[in-house]
Amino acid sequence: MSQSHAIEVRGLVKKYGNKAAVAGVDLTVEQGEIFALLGPNGAGKTTIVEILEGYRKADSGQVKVLGFDPATKGGAGQRWRNQIGIVLQSTNDSADLSVIETISHFANYYENPRDVQQVIDEVGLREKINAKARELSGGQRRRLDVALGIIGSPQLLFLDEPTTGFDPEARRSFWELIRTLKAEGATILLTTHYLDEAQALADRVGVINEGQIIEIATPDTLGGRNNAPAKVMWLENGSTQEILSKNPTEEVIKLGQRFNGQIPELQVLRPNLEEIYLRMIGEVK
Amino acid sequence: MNSLRNTLRIGVLRGGLELKQFLRQRESVVFTIFFPVILLFIFGTVFKDTIAPGVTFSQYFVAGMIASGLVNTGFQQLAITIPMERDFGTLKRLRGTPMSVSSYFIGKALLVTILMIIQTALLLIFGTLMFGLNMPSDPSIWLTFTWLVILGSACSTVLGIAFSVVPKSGRGASAVVSPIVIILQFFSGVFFVFTSLPSWMQQFAALFPLKWLTQGMRSVFLPADFATQEVAKNWEIGKTALVLILWLIFGLVFAIRSFKWSKE
Repeated sequence: MSQSHAIEVRGLVKKYGNKAAVAGVDLTVEQGEIFALLGPNGAGKTTIVEILEGYRKADSGQVKVLGFDPATKGGAGQRWRNQIGIVLQSTNDSADLSVIETISHFANYYENPRDVQQVIDEVGLREKINAKARELSGGQRRRLDVALGIIGSPQLLFLDEPTTGFDPEARRSFWELIRTLKAEGATILLTTHYLDEAQALADRVGVINEGQIIEIATPDTLGGRNNAPAKVMWLENGSTQEILSKNPTEEVIKLGQRFNGQIPELQVLRPNLEEIYLRMIGEVK
Repeated sequence: MNSLRNTLRIGVLRGGLELKQFLRQRESVVFTIFFPVILLFIFGTVFKDTIAPGVTFSQYFVAGMIASGLVNTGFQQLAITIPMERDFGTLKRLRGTPMSVSSYFIGKALLVTILMIIQTALLLIFGTLMFGLNMPSDPSIWLTFTWLVILGSACSTVLGIAFSVVPKSGRGASAVVSPIVIILQFFSGVFFVFTSLPSWMQQFAALFPLKWLTQGMRSVFLPADFATQEVAKNWEIGKTALVLILWLIFGLVFAIRSFKWSKE
């Protein structure tokens, strides 16, 4: 089995009752890539990720994660788990243990754990090292989850909405950490609600809605964003004027000639990822 | 690394972690460790009757409480805390690591063993000082005591893990598990003298391990001739071992086959 792809999914289907939560998904994630899955609540993101993590079984389709079928049972599964790290959605466990106790304990599970002290610095919990998990704020608690996800030096890291509850500064330093892991060669599959997070981190983005992947592209080209018309806005006759143009430079030159110099309150707006994304998931319905 | 050794090593580490977490929860320490001692104090103080020559009710009760203690630290404690761990996501997180399920079970078994030793010691000390519990002098009786404790707590542990699939949520687990334990205590001759119970109650209790454990503990702590006061007119030691072993096997198979890591 070639290990060229970190994740390979073909024709994945998962039904709950009559409803298909995942309705035929194909997905390939390359080694060393950061891939973001975007989609509204209930779109099937978590179901897909939990199948890849081995928590749920697919009804049909092929799944290979680091060359291994996650549904396989027994000792092979344990060896495979040595190479993956999982950060689940909100958890509430180990409330009576301190940060250092929890991270040091989990380090024992893995063959090649990262250095515990270094991980604590990387996730920014140095000042809370002796605090019990129950005493941590939501964002700090989330950083502990991330620490437990990366302690085993994973080749492949799953992050399910990792920065929920972070303040902007904590989010920036988390992004730095993810970039460091990528630089060390890790592959990362991320689900997120935050479009700026996908923009900042992901090499490629997959938009999913109603159990199907609508498009996979780089953040800059998603939904034809690079070729989409830009909005040119200015102030004239006491109100804001706007036109959509495929060639905004030309419009600005024309306006400049008309106003003979300064164009009042000129703005040129490219559609941002959020607008493209909302348009995409709106189109399906 | 040798995988069996690794499983054991992580199991022992988990046992230490489980104990640390347990001792940090004051409610669970009081409920699990001290509650039987408090019950012993209340019952021993209220019921001062003698039920046979040289045997007071409090002595009879201590034997039953030691047996119940095995059910409290194993079955009751695990069947309540495991559903809570399932709710909190502890089990789901563990499932996502290379830790094996055997290590998790070993950790639980170690926790139960340590709690059981603490609790049994407390009951013995308290029972001797306050209520004149007679310590057996014959080494062969201590041998019986030892295998009863080992077999009883093993049985209690696997049945607690097996039963952990029954409560729908961690919040409701105590309401499901505690009444079962209390009813079994009433039926098995912990709170009342077993022979004074209606025979249907005795027969029902005989299906479960607690009745056999309490009877076994009476054989350890009550005078040898008290055996004639039992329903079968003897201590039925062989039958006790057999019933406990059957429950142990059933519990082990069921625990391994039915264990659930998440609610799904």
